[in-house]
Amino acid sequence: MNGGFVKDRLLPVGSAMLVLVMAWYVAAYFMNAPFQRDQNERSNVSPGAWEFVGQTMYQPKPTVPAPHQVAENLWKNTFTVKVTSRRSLVYHAGVTLSSTLLGFAMGTFLGVLIAVGIVYMPVLEKSFLPWIIASQTIPMLAVAPMIIVILAAINVTGLLPKAMISTYLSFFPVAVGMVKGLRSPEVMHLDLTRTWNASGMQTFFKLRLPASVPFFFTSIKVAIAASLVGAIVGELPTGAVAGIGSKLLAGSYYSQTIDIWAALIAGSVVAALLVFSVGLVERLVRTAMGARA
Amino acid sequence: MSGAQTAISPGIPGADATIMALGAASLVGAVFALSAAGSPGMASPVLAAALVSWLAACWLNARLSAWKIADGSRARLRDFAVAAIFGLYILFLWEVAVAVFGIPFVLLPPPSAIGARIMGSLPILAADFNQTVLKAVLIGFVGGSGAGFLVAVIADRYRFLSNALLPIGNLVSALPIIGIAPIMVIWFGFDWQSKAAVVMVMTFFPMLVNTLAGLKAAGRHELDLMQTYAGSHRQTLGKLRLPAAMPFVFNALKINSTLAMIGAIVAEFFGTPVVGMGFRISTEVGRMNLDMVWAEIAVAALTGSVFYGVLALIERKVTFWHPSYRRG
Repeated sequence: MNGGFVKDRLLPVGSAMLVLVMAWYVAAYFMNAPFQRDQNERSNVSPGAWEFVGQTMYQPKPTVPAPHQVAENLWKNTFTVKVTSRRSLVYHAGVTLSSTLLGFAMGTFLGVLIAVGIVYMPVLEKSFLPWIIASQTIPMLAVAPMIIVILAAINVTGLLPKAMISTYLSFFPVAVGMVKGLRSPEVMHLDLTRTWNASGMQTFFKLRLPASVPFFFTSIKVAIAASLVGAIVGELPTGAVAGIGSKLLAGSYYSQTIDIWAALIAGSVVAALLVFSVGLVERLVRTAMGARA
Repeated sequence: MSGAQTAISPGIPGADATIMALGAASLVGAVFALSAAGSPGMASPVLAAALVSWLAACWLNARLSAWKIADGSRARLRDFAVAAIFGLYILFLWEVAVAVFGIPFVLLPPPSAIGARIMGSLPILAADFNQTVLKAVLIGFVGGSGAGFLVAVIADRYRFLSNALLPIGNLVSALPIIGIAPIMVIWFGFDWQSKAAVVMVMTFFPMLVNTLAGLKAAGRHELDLMQTYAGSHRQTLGKLRLPAAMPFVFNALKINSTLAMIGAIVAEFFGTPVVGMGFRISTEVGRMNLDMVWAEIAVAALTGSVFYGVLALIERKVTFWHPSYRRG
């Protein structure tokens, strides 16, 4: 890469972020202005232009909360309340994170299992794979509320139902990526294992599995993001008990727009952290396996 | 197809006989299991018949998929048959399991009841389909994908812009965008406009990221050739780089087809007029009318599959030159 980090990364991304925040402020002004004007007319006050702009930035239930309102809400609910309190965003993010991770672990395990089955059994590829692909064209999340209700009826509540929706969403990218990865060794290398009289197990663990590692990490990045979406949607029909999804639903019931935006940003931060940590593990594993930096 | 072609020609001696026998065995077992499934005291014979039938079908599938068929179209027919047998057996085992183990209707209705419900409530399903798919999904999908494509083509012209948008787009693609649904409902109201807006935002970023990546996919040699011909930016774009980006664009369209359905249905959980697939699912779950929920899911599944299939078909026509479609 010529140009370097500052010129090709920091400057463009930084200025884009700046433009976004500015556009957000402008949008907040124009979206909140009609309501504020209406309010001012009712209470018979006529503020100056700058005062009016200020008013649109500090409404209690704005149509578009201004960035600093969201930031303030985030700060208050993240750092000033106790982590165990129900007002704390950390608490809600933690609830969502736990079912995300459980679902992600189960989904990854299931996906790898299916991939190994498909690679070693042709009948599974022909009969099972088309249906897995078809199952992904249907909106899985539409099934989410029903799964929650069904599982609640047979006394499975709490973490597991939400995690199962995450599993549902995350096994597919892993399965497809791993099928590709396990098949990625070249014919020459497969022939070589035969020349060395390697057993099936040895071929699998010493050739196919290491060859699939790059594919594995690419697909689990998609899978962990999908898991988070699954966990958030899974929290919607549980009657808004806890988690990012329930914060969103409660916010939309009571028109607490600032809360919605704060929950949304908290969810995004969790997503970014998850994808980032997967990337970190990927780099560690690949270095340990002797990849060039 | 002529008669000689439809008959399965035996590649292996005796393959026909085995396949016929296995097919007959599984069919007989299935018919018996289905006809006796409801009657009391028949649980274990029904289960045994279902098991035998299922094992026969598994063996049949293994036999069929191990069969080497040289002819391309007949091999495709075989692949389709194997997948169809598997799918039918899922439905069959589901039906038998519900009857034999007495699974309550509110937990898991049998496929036959779902089929009956679909037939019985076609007008409601059609109205929901119209509201959710024809309005929210299609408009949002076209708007979001189109905007993503346009922004990518413009951003590609300016290095600074594409450097700014690519990392942001990659990040946003990983975010739970579905969470903006309540915000969109506040902005655009309960009707389909808010759902279309959610779909638009959800489909925008995958298209942006994929198109930006695709526009970089044209080969060095071809680009040099365009320069040799003194091709302008516009000509290079239209004749080389956009066609080369098409596999990426279609990849994004396929991802977006699923995202659009999910976005529209989930957005309806946050508030909607009294019509729409997401609305129906959430209210009928509340009233424990699980057969209606499954009927909606079946419609959604069918819609999603057709949507995906149509895109795959267009892709095949547009990117016929791509290695994955070339035979040889």
